[in-house]
Amino acid sequence: MTAPSPTRVEEPDVDDVAEPDRPWVVIVWNDPINLMSYVTFVFQKLFGYSKAKATSLMLDVHHKGRAVVSNGPREKAELDVFRLHEHGLWATMEHDQ
Amino acid sequence: MARLVKRLRSGRYQLKLDAEERDLLRALPGQLGELLGSDDPSLHRLFPTAYTHDPALDAEYHRLMRDDLLERHRGALEVMTKTIDAVDLDEEQLLAWMRAVNQMRLVLGTRLDVTEDMYDTGMDVDDPRAPAFALYSYLGWLQEHIVQALD
Repeated sequence: MTAPSPTRVEEPDVDDVAEPDRPWVVIVWNDPINLMSYVTFVFQKLFGYSKAKATSLMLDVHHKGRAVVSNGPREKAELDVFRLHEHGLWATMEHDQ
Repeated sequence: MARLVKRLRSGRYQLKLDAEERDLLRALPGQLGELLGSDDPSLHRLFPTAYTHDPALDAEYHRLMRDDLLERHRGALEVMTKTIDAVDLDEEQLLAWMRAVNQMRLVLGTRLDVTEDMYDTGMDVDDPRAPAFALYSYLGWLQEHIVQALD
């Protein structure tokens, strides 16, 4: 599922300024260990999602291999990743494409 | 199917585990707690990669967060150890059990290299991994009951 990072042509002196404004997405990946009911519960508990939305995201993870579960600035995305790791889910973050 | 965990009117959660089950579980949080500080490869799923496309950012993330994550993992295991004989738990304690049991499943599941097919096919009783798989399956059953009670 991984793709090579897009080649970005940016002037080095603006890179630091532009970087914080680019949104990040938090992705949860399928794994054979975590229970479907558990993953759904964690999505509800951490993000306040309804049972229907949490179930739909869980099924995306299960059938498509991954799902975007949240997004935002880097600090928020890192916190979400940390909380997902705390609950044993396989979460990563990357720039929104 | 008898429920292992039942939500009480008081808002607490009754743990309907018999002595044999508690004895099975008793040593596990302490054993995993000791393993957590090591570099055992079966811990990989407890400290996953955060930035798949950027090793430098990932190294920074782990430098900043790994100790906090370790502390959170240990905290859940310690709650389970302290309440292993409890008749009932408050919600926070049950959430700690949930995370502790999940840590055990992740480590055991990694060691057993479980696949989704294994849940249907099971494992031959003569397989040397059969006892570990039986424990793994029991922990999954317990986890299912904990989640049902909390949901």
